[in-house]
Amino acid sequence: MDRRKFIKITGITLAGVTLGMGDSLFGKVYASPQNVKRWAMVIDIGVCLKNPECRDCVDACVLTHNIPDFNNRKDEVKWIWKARYGDVFHDSALELTKERLPSIPIPVLCNHCENPPCVKVCPTKATWKREDGIVMMDYHRCIGCRYCMAACPYGARSFNWREPRPYIKKINPDYPTRTKGVVEKCSLCEERIALNKLPACVEACKHKGMALVDTSAGRLDSYPSIKDRHIIARKTHLGTKPRVYYVL
Amino acid sequence: MVYDKGKVITGLVVFLIILLSPLWYNALSGKVEPSLKLSMPKEEKSCIEERMFMRSNHMDLLIKWRDDAVRKGIRTYKGLDGKVYRISLTGTCLSCHIDKAGFCDRCHGYSGVKTPKCWDCHNIPKEEGSKV
Ligand code: HEC
Ligand code: HEC
Ligand code: HEC
Repeated sequence: MDRRKFIKITGITLAGVTLGMGDSLFGKVYASPQNVKRWAMVIDIGVCLKNPECRDCVDACVLTHNIPDFNNRKDEVKWIWKARYGDVFHDSALELTKERLPSIPIPVLCNHCENPPCVKVCPTKATWKREDGIVMMDYHRCIGCRYCMAACPYGARSFNWREPRPYIKKINPDYPTRTKGVVEKCSLCEERIALNKLPACVEACKHKGMALVDTSAGRLDSYPSIKDRHIIARKTHLGTKPRVYYVL
Repeated sequence: MVYDKGKVITGLVVFLIILLSPLWYNALSGKVEPSLKLSMPKEEKSCIEERMFMRSNHMDLLIKWRDDAVRKGIRTYKGLDGKVYRISLTGTCLSCHIDKAGFCDRCHGYSGVKTPKCWDCHNIPKEEGSKV
C-alpha cells in the first residue's frame, strides 16, 4: 500500500467511525475529522417528557463549574437550568402542542448563537465567538458592565451580585470560581472539550437525552436518531441563529 | 534672626542620630537585610523553566498561560527540556509549590508586591478552612 492510499483509507475509516457510530446520537460527541469544528448542542425533549424530575444535567454543571447557590431568585447564577417548555417556547403554537408538554421542564442554556448580540455590545472583548462556534467568556477582562445581559434575548447570562465563594457547596479545585462583579454563563465546557471530554451535562444525562454535535460534519437530520423528527430552536425570528437544538 | 543657636544645632544633631540609628544598628549588629527563606518543593528538582527565568518572568509567563488557555484554546505548555505541562495555575504551579503561603506570598510580601488578585477566583488546594 502506498502512502496516498494509506492516508485515504485512514481518512475514510475515521470519518466512518465518527459519523456512523451505532444509531444513537445522544450521549456522545460527534466530530468531523476536519480541524475546524462547529459545535452545537442537541436536546431530546422526548427524554425530558418521560423524566420531568431529572436534574442530572443541571447538577453536573453546578459541581463542575463551582456555581453558587444563594437560595434566592434575585441573585441566582445559572449556566444550564430547567424551565417549562411552555415558557421556553412561548412563541410557538402552544395551544396545538401535546397537552402535557407545555408544563414539562426542559434544559436551557446559552445558545452559542451564530450571531451573538452579547458579543456585539461587549466593550472589552471579554466575550467573543470562537471559530468553532463557542461563545466564550474571558473573566479576566469582564468589567461587569452587564451590556451583554441586556443584549441576550435568552436570559442566559448571570451577574455576580454577591461574593460567590461562601455559597459554593463543594469547590471543584480544577475550575476557578468567579468574583462579585463579573458576568458568567455556559461555556459549552470548552475546557473539557479541549481535553477530549464531553460537556459535563451531556456526560451526566443518564437517559442519554443530550449530544454535542459538530455541524461541520453535515446536516443535523443526517443523524439516524434525528432523521424524520422535528427540530426546533428558541426565538429563531430574532436572527441570532441559536445553536442549541431541541428535538421533538 | 535666630535665637538659641546652640539649642537648634543640638536638636539637629539629635535628630540626625535618631534618623541614622537603624543603619548603625544594622552595621554594628551584622544584620544586613532580612533573609528570605522560601518553602521550596521537596520532590521536584526543577521548575518549568530555569530558576532565574522564573524568578524574574513568572508573571509574564502566567499572563501568557492565561491568554493561551482562555483566548486561544491552547491548554498545554512546553517547558524546560521539552517537558509538556497542562496549563493550570492551581493544577500545575501549585501542585509543586504546594505551600503557596510560604512560597508565592512570602516572596511577594518580602518584595512589597501586592498579593495578586488571582486567588479571588483561582483555587488554593488544601488551604486551611477551604472546602477544596
Ligand atoms: C474573576 C475571576 C478570575 C480572576 C480574578 C483571575 N482568573 Fe484566571 N481564570 C478564571 C477562570 C474562570 C478561568 C477558567 C477559564 C477556562 O478554563 O476556560 C481562568 C483561567 C486562567 C488560566 C488558565 C487555566 C487555569 O485554570 O489556570 C490562567 C493561567 C489564569 N486564569 C491566570 C490568572 C492569573 C495569573 C490571574 C491573576 C493575575 C487570574 N487568572 C485571575 C477566573 C479568574
Ligand atoms: C514540576 C514542579 C514545578 C512546577 C509545575 C512549577 N514549579 Fe516553580 N519551581 C520548582 C522548583 C523545584 C523550583 C526551584 C528550581 C531550582 O532550584 O532550580 C522552582 C522555582 C520557582 C521560582 C523561583 C523561586 C526563586 O528561587 O526565586 C518561581 C518564581 C516559581 N518556581 C514559580 C512557578 C510558577 C508561577 C509556576 C506555574 C506557572 C511553577 N513555578 C510551576 C518546581 C515547580
Ligand atoms: C522570588 C520571589 C517570588 C516568588 C517566589 C513568586 N513571586 Fe510572583 N512576583 C514577584 C515579584 C517581585 C513580582 C512583581 C513584579 C513586577 O511588579 O513587575 C511578582 C508578580 C507576580 C504576579 C503579577 C502581579 C500583578 O498584580 O500583576 C503574579 C500573578 C505572580 N507574581 C504570581 C506568583 C505565583 C502564583 C507564585 C507562586 C507559584 C509567585 N508569584 C512566586 C516575586 C515572586
